[in-house]
Amino acid sequence: MGDRRWQPSASLDRLKQSAELRSFLREWLAVRGVLEVSTPVLSAAATTDPNIDSFETIDAIDGETRYLQTSPEFAMKRLLSAYQADLYQVASVFRAGEIGRYHNPEFTMLEWYRCGVDHRALMDEVEALLHDVATTFNKAWQPSLRIAYHDVVESLLGRPLTQVDVPLIGEYFERHERSFPESIGRDRDAALDLLIDEFLLPTLPNDRLSFLFDYPSSQAALARCASDSQGRAIAERFEVYVGRLELANGFHELSDADEQRIRFESDLDVRRRQGKPLVPMDHSLVSALQFGLPDCAGVALGIERLLMVLCGAEHINEVLAFDVSRA
Amino acid sequence: MANYGTNDFKGGLKIMLDGDPHTIVSNEFVKPGKGQAFTRTRVRNLKTGRVVERTFRSSDSVESADVMDVPLQYLYSDGEQWHFMDPTSFEQMAADKTAMGDAYLWLMDEAMCEVTLFNGVPLVVTPPNFVEMVIKETDPGLRGDTATGGTKPAHMETGAVVKVPLFIEEGEKIKIDTRTGDYVSRVK
Repeated sequence: MGDRRWQPSASLDRLKQSAELRSFLREWLAVRGVLEVSTPVLSAAATTDPNIDSFETIDAIDGETRYLQTSPEFAMKRLLSAYQADLYQVASVFRAGEIGRYHNPEFTMLEWYRCGVDHRALMDEVEALLHDVATTFNKAWQPSLRIAYHDVVESLLGRPLTQVDVPLIGEYFERHERSFPESIGRDRDAALDLLIDEFLLPTLPNDRLSFLFDYPSSQAALARCASDSQGRAIAERFEVYVGRLELANGFHELSDADEQRIRFESDLDVRRRQGKPLVPMDHSLVSALQFGLPDCAGVALGIERLLMVLCGAEHINEVLAFDVSRA
Repeated sequence: MANYGTNDFKGGLKIMLDGDPHTIVSNEFVKPGKGQAFTRTRVRNLKTGRVVERTFRSSDSVESADVMDVPLQYLYSDGEQWHFMDPTSFEQMAADKTAMGDAYLWLMDEAMCEVTLFNGVPLVVTPPNFVEMVIKETDPGLRGDTATGGTKPAHMETGAVVKVPLFIEEGEKIKIDTRTGDYVSRVK
């Protein structure tokens, strides 16, 4: 048959659609006064998130260890602190060990930040952008759904999120004859992740956007924590889905430097406990927050997945010039 | 025995689950952007044939199953066990009733079968997809009789009963699809 490995994984049509999408996104943000920036892919620091593994590289000349970015977030927040301008970036990001129908270790993120805006307003903008994109691709989406995380859990399990523990979730899985790994142990966030994946995502419609918002505070990542209109403790975070495919993650950005450092340190504690490698936390981000991050909201959107939705691709390698197996 | 991590998972991998050997039918990487990674698999129990879904955490590992498919030649049966021989090593092995399932219906002398060995012991015997067998007993077909839809039962030496066209006579050799038990054709 010959060696096929040299051949691209995406067809020429898909490459053209990808170019069209990128060009559209850039134009859409530029006319709205959002500045395009380019920040380093390599950094001395890495994300401490225990669920994300960074690629580590060693400089062959100076022997320094650096990390490939998993998101341009830290550098962009430093720019926001310095210049207080609305920013966007189309960045190559890298996440070790993530391979599957919707995952490639290297993929492209569109990430943008708006000053003076919270996550709810940013959800409106994401919706506007994605609806305009869809129109360009001759798709028409139905009006979006907005679903509060707390409400989902309560309607599935019949109890408020604060009263939900792993055994309760495990029992729910058992009643519905779905497999629930014993190794989840007492990891409540792992159990919640699986609950959402098994019981919410398959119900999300394919003909519109679904926004899942106000996450549990244990899953805040770099979002602010607050109380919602019902006084429930939440993280000001949202995710955008089309059907079960996660397209974007957004925050009302945490600007408290002490809180950020505490979260980084607590992540490192979790890494230690789980026997995962420790990584250097981003002290420059903490310094930037100390200087002053403007009140802002940001969102990171996976461009390949967006393209998959727009053109009906079934596997991410259809929209990558070369997927990891051919790179 | 070796252990596999979830990133070793692929179709056809043989693993131990709940004490039984299984083969992975399909697996799917599941990971929210900021959440934990899981692998959702569909696995077939090689003892019972049942397919179930199992979800693993990415950090889980499973024991590999010592399962091999080998071509063995059928020798004979004593009613309790069915005896096979590896044609290259001449090693003989016996399969019990459970391993045979209904494969015994299609076994003729020296038939080459696919035998799944678990820890060196026959677990499942799969007969060849097609066999040719002589009909031991069947009613003579009446000429022009199509009222019954054109088939009649034919009994094989092994006890198998196959629906055959009315024009087929006792003593004739026919080709049978062992996967469905259906008559395929006459053998000249």
